[in-house]
Amino acid sequence: MSNPTHLQYTEEHEWLTAAEDGVSTVGITKHAADALGDIVYVQLPEVGQALTAGDTCGELESTKSVSDLYSPVTGEVTEINQAVIDDPASVNSDPFGEAWLFKVRVEATDKLLSAAEYDAFIKA
Amino acid sequence: MSPRLTALDALHRSLGATMTDFAGWDMPLRYGSEREEHLAVRTKAGLFDLSHMGEITVTGPQAGELLDHALVGFISALGVLRARYTMICREDGGILDDLIVYRTGETEYMVVANASNAQVVLDALTERAAGFDAVVRDDRDAYALIAVQGPEANGILASVTDADLPGLKYYALLPATVADREVWLARTGYTGEDGFEVFCAPADAEHLWNALTEAGAPVGLVPAGLSCRDTLRLEAGMPLYGHELSTDLTPFDAGLGRVVRFDKTTNDGQFVGRKALEAAAAQAEANPPRKLVGLVSEGKRVPRAEYDVVSTDGTPIGRITSGAPSPTLGKPIAIAYVDAAHAAPGTAVAVDVRGKHEPVEVVALPFYKRAR
Repeated sequence: MSNPTHLQYTEEHEWLTAAEDGVSTVGITKHAADALGDIVYVQLPEVGQALTAGDTCGELESTKSVSDLYSPVTGEVTEINQAVIDDPASVNSDPFGEAWLFKVRVEATDKLLSAAEYDAFIKA
Repeated sequence: MSPRLTALDALHRSLGATMTDFAGWDMPLRYGSEREEHLAVRTKAGLFDLSHMGEITVTGPQAGELLDHALVGFISALGVLRARYTMICREDGGILDDLIVYRTGETEYMVVANASNAQVVLDALTERAAGFDAVVRDDRDAYALIAVQGPEANGILASVTDADLPGLKYYALLPATVADREVWLARTGYTGEDGFEVFCAPADAEHLWNALTEAGAPVGLVPAGLSCRDTLRLEAGMPLYGHELSTDLTPFDAGLGRVVRFDKTTNDGQFVGRKALEAAAAQAEANPPRKLVGLVSEGKRVPRAEYDVVSTDGTPIGRITSGAPSPTLGKPIAIAYVDAAHAAPGTAVAVDVRGKHEPVEVVALPFYKRAR
């Protein structure tokens, strides 16, 4: 398992792309998806919703557990990935790719980790 | 305290299992997708390490009488090489554990307790043995336990043993040679499928696991973890101690009063908990406070253990004991204790899923019954 180096990460196991025209894409890491097990339900924030970095903004349910989704940034949601809501298992199969969760216009970020820092964090 | 490891620990790690602490044991939770493992057991076969289960051997001329006294079942009436689902209760009728008792000989029985309760059961049996000509022995380290469950289980076992499988009925066992190793081969399980449980020496566990894997691979057998074991037993409507069963409940509260045998003829019909259980039986008959029911949701959110069940007007009427997305039904299911007035199948109720009321329907248990 390798965490792509072009992404930034949080200690809550979200990833975030570098902003393009001010907008970043957010997802959860492979490490988080593996730890959750088969994901059966995804609840995402709504388009237009104002997020605050570090606050919960959705939910991921797996066979055995429910986990909150935390926003890594402060800003407004511009798009959500309907395909993930329709097929929650895609988060297990392609968490860094097709199964991105939402896009957000970034105003401020929480403390973010590089891929190397996140690798070290999950091994600790 | 570091967790205990089963004899198959290295094998699980080589298979890439996700391990979990379960009742002090480091056990495989899943090897890959728990949903795939679940469906394999329903349609083909799954291989489980259940070595955390607690074996206790009771021997002696009065072994049967001791168990009749200590447990709620009529154990001495069990035929040799037969098994029975039963419970051990406190004097006040509260359930200490649910058990399977195997009669392994004329004067010998193997009691299999849940890992989380094995010490409690061992202590209670030892204490209750006073005055009986019988010996209670802790055999937890004497056995590893491997289960093969699923419609292909019979064919898989048949390819590695000459034991009389057609003659081995559900809830029976045999001393058998499986893949050249001496084992107790039982036709029991906790999945709702046909299957076997193999009690073997820990030193033989790896050999047997590999032999069963090799025999089962052509028909789709996969290693299966505790996560799918839980969803399999939930679909089959089987109770799990700590969820549907506890010391606060009697067998009658749990809808399992049939395991209590007031008609025992040994020990003048006396057994631990009899008086309280008679009162519990009368109460359940006259005025059941809550009933154990199934719930099925048409939504996507999963009703989970400890969530409140509410009526359609939002009044709390019960509590969920187990819940999960059902791989077989393709929708969320749960077991709950609900007020008798709302317990009829077909009743529309709701579950408080973290503040939002999700509609569910009361159904009869089990959710799944295999075609025979």
